[in-house]
Amino acid sequence: MDLVLQLLFTGIGIGAVYALVALGFVLIFRATNVVNFAQGEFSMVAAFIMVVFAVDLGWPYWLSFIVSLGGMALLGALFNLGVYYPLRNRSFLPVIIATIGASIFLANSVLALYGPQPQVLQGWFDTPGIQLGPVYLDSQYLLIIAVTIVLVAFQYWFFEHTLLGKKLQATSQDKEMASLIGIPVSAMIMLTFVYSALLGGIAGILVAPVLFVSIQMGATIALKAFAATIIGGFGDVAGAIIGGLALGVIETFGAAYISVPYKDGFAFLVLVAFLIFRPQGLFGERVAEKA
Amino acid sequence: MSVAAEAAKPAPARRFPGPLAGALAYMAAAALAMLAAVFLPFDDYILHILVETATYAIAVFGLTVVLGLCGQINLAQAAFFGLGAYAVGLGTADLHLSFWLALAGGAGIALVMGACLGMSTLRLGGHYLAMVTISFQQILTLVMINWIAVTHGPDGVGNIARPAWFSSGHGYLGLCIAALALVGYLVWRLPETKLGRSMRAVRDNELAASVSGIDVYRIKVAAFALCALLGGIGGGLFAGGFSYVSPDQFSFAESIVFLTMALLGGVASPIGALIGTALLIVLPETLRFLKSVPGLYLAIYGLAVILIIRFMPDGIWGFVQVYLRRFMKPAAFARSAPELVLVPAKLEAESALEVEGLSKHFGGLKAVDSVSFSVRRGSVHALIGPNGSGKTTTLNVLSGLYTPTAGKIALDGHDVTALPPHARTAVGLGRTFQNIRLFRSMSALDNVVIGAERPGHDLGQIHAALVDQARAALAFVGLEGRARDPITSFSYGHQRLIEIARALAGNPTLLLLDEPAAGLNSTEKVELRGLLKRIAGEGLTILIIDHDMALVSDVAEHITVLNFGRRIADGVAGEVLRNPDVIAAYLGAEPDVAHRA
Repeated sequence: MDLVLQLLFTGIGIGAVYALVALGFVLIFRATNVVNFAQGEFSMVAAFIMVVFAVDLGWPYWLSFIVSLGGMALLGALFNLGVYYPLRNRSFLPVIIATIGASIFLANSVLALYGPQPQVLQGWFDTPGIQLGPVYLDSQYLLIIAVTIVLVAFQYWFFEHTLLGKKLQATSQDKEMASLIGIPVSAMIMLTFVYSALLGGIAGILVAPVLFVSIQMGATIALKAFAATIIGGFGDVAGAIIGGLALGVIETFGAAYISVPYKDGFAFLVLVAFLIFRPQGLFGERVAEKA
Repeated sequence: MSVAAEAAKPAPARRFPGPLAGALAYMAAAALAMLAAVFLPFDDYILHILVETATYAIAVFGLTVVLGLCGQINLAQAAFFGLGAYAVGLGTADLHLSFWLALAGGAGIALVMGACLGMSTLRLGGHYLAMVTISFQQILTLVMINWIAVTHGPDGVGNIARPAWFSSGHGYLGLCIAALALVGYLVWRLPETKLGRSMRAVRDNELAASVSGIDVYRIKVAAFALCALLGGIGGGLFAGGFSYVSPDQFSFAESIVFLTMALLGGVASPIGALIGTALLIVLPETLRFLKSVPGLYLAIYGLAVILIIRFMPDGIWGFVQVYLRRFMKPAAFARSAPELVLVPAKLEAESALEVEGLSKHFGGLKAVDSVSFSVRRGSVHALIGPNGSGKTTTLNVLSGLYTPTAGKIALDGHDVTALPPHARTAVGLGRTFQNIRLFRSMSALDNVVIGAERPGHDLGQIHAALVDQARAALAFVGLEGRARDPITSFSYGHQRLIEIARALAGNPTLLLLDEPAAGLNSTEKVELRGLLKRIAGEGLTILIIDHDMALVSDVAEHITVLNFGRRIADGVAGEVLRNPDVIAAYLGAEPDVAHRA
């Protein structure tokens, strides 16, 4: 029982990271109808920027964090200008191929610049964690869960209660209509990319102390986050969060009770099971075909 | 670049002297390439590069099929390549099977895996397929590394045997070139076969493909399985060529390399695949200094993918083809188009279409609410109603794009209520769309040929008969003279006529026309009216939806009127148009206004 609680805590902690990246997926998908296959690389690049500034250059953690987020905002903007925007009027296939190209480009550029050695990034707090009854609460996992809650709350407030948020929603629902009523659609899409790069970046920095900071972490996180969006229901914000948490828990239990080397395979199995038996996910509506 | 691979290449380009001459030229070139492989004094290094090029190219041909022809993505080609390679490796080294048996086994495993993966995902959109193939790729890599008892783990498999007759480097290269030439020929000819045409149709427009009688899901699964099969064959030959394989040779990065090869050369043609493969194998060999920095290569590949997609979407071969086309005019047809014969279907039922209590609800909205009508054989029946009355929804339910909430549809006496669109087409339904849906990358003729080869329309599957039927249908709408022109070169009005010709070529029992006059100018409308009368004159049953009352009252004998999803009138044209409820519905006067809420 103690082990179960411990695993549950760890699973939710890691699941919160998937949820954050999944949220970035969903936002871009809703704004552009494109799945950004480079979403995981945002996490990876942010984690490496942290390693460069906080570890290699010895800057304060908070300052490195700000620099890293600045870098992410810039990367999101460049990504939009270089990858999505020129192809915005083409069908989805060229666009996803281009985002896959971008993913390969980002991961291997970091590899070429930094080398293949996985790096270690310290957690935010000096205290490793606290013992609460039978469960040991790792401080970094607590931080991840807290930040996820804050970001989800912020996002809810932002989209439902600010004019900018409503403009973003309008853009994602009907670009033509949005531009007809004077919403600068290109700027809104730019903002979406910047914001989801930031989300991905925060997720990467948060998870870095738990995992190693490696070139592969982007692809791994992206795969899990994508599986999370399918479990939750594609394009659904609440679904992405719950799907992310569920996947984190499933994976942690799978690793503990079934097999550690195949830990990353559980996401795939869950993904395929959902695709076969419930492709609309937990919360998604069945998509009607358009004639 | 290699003499051998170059020699095999130019042949497929010359396709217009006729398929037979083309095939002969191709065989001669392939034989020459094989002779060169066996007898030219290549050293081991060159032999290795050539074997690598030939085996990779076979796998890239798979992407030509799935991505180029069918428009579906596969980011796990290295996994299928790896399945073939491990089957040959483990089969010959550990199980001491014959090379051929191991190769066939590997190809079979890849085929089955590809089919299963495709079946689980291809009903959904392309995003899912991309992610699922990436996942599959990563799972397979995990298995190769961790299932040490069987796969030897990260150490890889050594001592892989070659078949007895091809044990020398030159002999084995000859075998690979032969396989390359054979597979290349099949992939090159594929677009002109029924399967290949169906794949192109699915790529261009899934909805139009399904109402043309193509089982979209099955075609996608077939394309995906075929791609996996070619990956398995290529991988099996690769393993024999190098006698040692390890998991890192079949990683996700390699799948991206395969994709880059296909995109760079041109994804639409096996020639492009060969060009792309050869370039991306030879270039890294000549630019070895780049390999000293890990990651640099793949970073460049990633960048190349983005740039190719943006600036050269048809790849190198697509770019070259634009120039080649200028010198190659398609041969003229040997004889003039035959007369279109529209045989009214076997008289099984009095009404061509019987609709009973048909309903379609979207949540609380009753778009169609227990509508019944019947279309008499040989008549022109119109379904009219104001905007939002449920006409197009009815049509979409009739052609199977929506499943009805309730009701029954009988086509020519057959209950088709539960059938998917392509199966209804097989029973004898033909339709056009309000917003024209043609296969935009094809010629007018190819579009109409797809209509002609619908299931249930037996022309003996002889290509000449299909082409004759398609030309006859095009001649019927007055566009036979431009049969070989690409769709994009036709005006909007002509595209609508081609869409009608596509439906006519299948000799349907019932032709559904969804607002055929929409977007036409007045001259075109007059022509359309004449065309519809001629079709009706041939005895074909038509159900037409349109807003143009002049057109409807001129061609329709029988009219059903819908308003707010309900039938408000049904009968002989003249009477219905004088019906006060109908006039009220159109002019927006009382009693119906109260319904709107």
